[in-house]
Amino acid sequence: MLEFPRWKVIWLWLVTLGFALAALPSMVDLAGYRWPAGIYEPKVNLGLDLAGGSHILLEADPAQVRTQRIEGMEESVRNKLRAMAQPVRISDISNNNGTLTFLVEDPGKIDAVREAVLPLTNGAGLTGKRDWTINVLDGNRFVMAPTQEGIDQAVSQAMDTAVEVVRKRIDALGTKEPTIVRSGATRILVEVPGLQDPQALKNLLGQTAKLEFKLVDGSANPSDVAQGIAPPGDEIVPYADVKPGQPAPKIAVHRLGGIRGDELTNAQLSNNPQTNAATVTITFNSDGGAKFAKLTSANVGKPFAIILDGKVLSAPEIHEAILGGSAVISGNFTTDSASQLAISLRSGALPVDLKVVEESTVGPDLGADSIRKGMIAMGVGTLALAAFILVTYGRFGVYACCALVLNLFMILGAMGIIGTTLTLPGIAGFVLTIGAAVDAQVLIFERIREERHRGRRVVQAVEIGYKEATRAIFDANFTNIIAATLMFAFGSGPVQGFAVVLMIGIVTSVFTAVTMTRMWVAQWLRRTRPAEITI
Amino acid sequence: MKLLKLVPDNTNIHFLRWRVPFYIGSLLLMAASWGLVLTRGLNLGVDFVGGQMVRVTFQHSAEAPIAALRGEITRLGYGEPIIQRYGQPNQVSIRMKLPAGADRDPALSDTMARTITTAVKADHADARIDGVDAVSGKVSKELGWDAFKALGLAAIFVAGYIWLRFEWQFGIGALLSLVHDVTLTLGMFALTQMEFDLNIVAALLTLIGYSLNDTIVVYDRIRENLKKYRKMPMPELLDLSVNETLARTIVTSLSMLITLIALLLLGPPVIFGFTAAITLGIFVGTYSSIYMAAPILIWLKVSSKSFVPGEAAGDIPAAAKR
Repeated sequence: MLEFPRWKVIWLWLVTLGFALAALPSMVDLAGYRWPAGIYEPKVNLGLDLAGGSHILLEADPAQVRTQRIEGMEESVRNKLRAMAQPVRISDISNNNGTLTFLVEDPGKIDAVREAVLPLTNGAGLTGKRDWTINVLDGNRFVMAPTQEGIDQAVSQAMDTAVEVVRKRIDALGTKEPTIVRSGATRILVEVPGLQDPQALKNLLGQTAKLEFKLVDGSANPSDVAQGIAPPGDEIVPYADVKPGQPAPKIAVHRLGGIRGDELTNAQLSNNPQTNAATVTITFNSDGGAKFAKLTSANVGKPFAIILDGKVLSAPEIHEAILGGSAVISGNFTTDSASQLAISLRSGALPVDLKVVEESTVGPDLGADSIRKGMIAMGVGTLALAAFILVTYGRFGVYACCALVLNLFMILGAMGIIGTTLTLPGIAGFVLTIGAAVDAQVLIFERIREERHRGRRVVQAVEIGYKEATRAIFDANFTNIIAATLMFAFGSGPVQGFAVVLMIGIVTSVFTAVTMTRMWVAQWLRRTRPAEITI
Repeated sequence: MKLLKLVPDNTNIHFLRWRVPFYIGSLLLMAASWGLVLTRGLNLGVDFVGGQMVRVTFQHSAEAPIAALRGEITRLGYGEPIIQRYGQPNQVSIRMKLPAGADRDPALSDTMARTITTAVKADHADARIDGVDAVSGKVSKELGWDAFKALGLAAIFVAGYIWLRFEWQFGIGALLSLVHDVTLTLGMFALTQMEFDLNIVAALLTLIGYSLNDTIVVYDRIRENLKKYRKMPMPELLDLSVNETLARTIVTSLSMLITLIALLLLGPPVIFGFTAAITLGIFVGTYSSIYMAAPILIWLKVSSKSFVPGEAAGDIPAAAKR
């Protein structure tokens, strides 16, 4: 065991020092100084619980995607059948109960309708299934139902789009280094370091920003509308502006024939020159502008409703055709809410509503306090432990302490290289790892002590000590890896940070405690060849 | 140079002589822990029951005005808050259940958090809001279930690993001792009513890892001695193994305690409960490796034969075996 070839020694030192040096940028950072720019800087990120900031988990409701798909399909089917060379009349259209059903009045056209509708459905990704099923009941009733695979795919696409929209909106707030990732099938995780008041952010993300322009049905019976009873072909939409304690005023609009406000090139906060009220000026792209021009020129003199997220902002009368491709939206806005709407419209509508299901905000003072106290505890703990080990194991204790310090540097260095996040429990993980790293040393040293008592010679005792102890060290640390892996798999942010420190710490502590100290001990034994050792 | 020796060489303490009373005592303690958990219950954090937690530091007060706060917040009409000190006497966490209907309309819970923080800041000029946590009912159920899964799987995997590396009896012994450790720690949380949140589950997992660390060291020595002393009666062999590893056990436990106590006394107050759980775990873990994990091997009839097959094959010529 005294043989340590030179290449091995060099190699071990290279690995150790490489990781240990990689810790420097992080240490400079944690101490509150700046690492000079331009030099390689593998730095650990500070978790939100240390750096302060907001963590927000948003969730979409897949049922909403299902409803949207069915409504979209209804419109597609209507348009398709209307556009056929010989238009087919359908009736009794219903999109309740998660399916779209309609009657084809001429039984002779069943096959033609099926032929026409089939291309509206697609394969559902790589599942080998279609995204809709089409059945004909009682000879002439079409039943179209979205399949689970189709819904899953649609939800997945909607979430991808939602992530993009969320990113654009957060960027518009000008916050630095936000993390925006999908989490599971229907969730988006948003983390914004340094953000203290997440209210503005939550307002912004809570706004779906689906803008619609629909014609008001002036012929609807006002008392029916107030009770929420829609005339055929209409829908009832409440006003956004509600006086406290009163039911929301409602208005009847034509369900079809409106346009969507998603074809915009720009949306800006503006002012009404007369009243000085905050408004939002939107600019359509050429397609959207043409549709808007067509709608307004065909309906001069009639009122149309501007609907945002299912609520009427205003229902002005169309005075003249609007051909310039831009429009001004007024509502009961404050400057803040108008600029927030402008951001939302610019970034596009969210394909689904997002709800905040989990939120955690940490103030910067608490985080700074935690770092400071964590560092002090680590320093004091390490010093006290080093003193204990030194008086217990003498020269071997010196090796153990060197291994401990190297171990600390290596963990931090490895974390920086991987780019993981240091969280508050992670700091505890550091302290714990120090304690655990000592265990490996103790196992070895105690075994050497024991073998000496049994009368083995120095070199042999050291050799057996390392060999026999390594087995238990390996088993014990392997179970720790199991626990840490499960922690990582099932934990969330801070706990995962802890698990990462544990995992890295287990590997580096076994490396420093077993391999490095063995090298040092071997070099010392070979140099001095002592007949007796104090341990 | 004279070195510190906490444990004299060649100790011969008959740990296992008292195994029956100790076992009964341990079982009683476990039963008491379960009793406490079931009757008093755990003081579950918002991670597991949903709701909101606001952390406040009163910067210029020696002590947080807890009674006054309780009155002020109750008057806001969202129900009675749970107010607890954490860390310094001037730091508190205020926990609230989510308002009714918050699952459908998250804006309600936002409004509640804002009303509370505004009220606290208005009534106490030196109040500094250090953090707001809100977890919906649905997410909290998932977190609870995930935590349960993690603990269960950890126990099973770890016991399985030990079964693979040793023998099935050792796997059962390890499982029993870690159930013991986790149970007693839960009992402590029920007794002290410290907040039980997701971090504590991480602490329990850590505890499982380190308690097993200890168990494995003792088991490893038992296995070694089983091969070495084939004729020695089991209780004697277990005593020998525990005694041989005693110095290591004491030194390691002390090392862990030194760092943990530094963390408890000087570390961040936010993770006090977490550190406390692990500290307790060091004690029960060390105890359980000696008194839970080892004696069960006697009752499960482990003997040298459990490890002989490999060596026996070496002793007896292959032909003689048939």
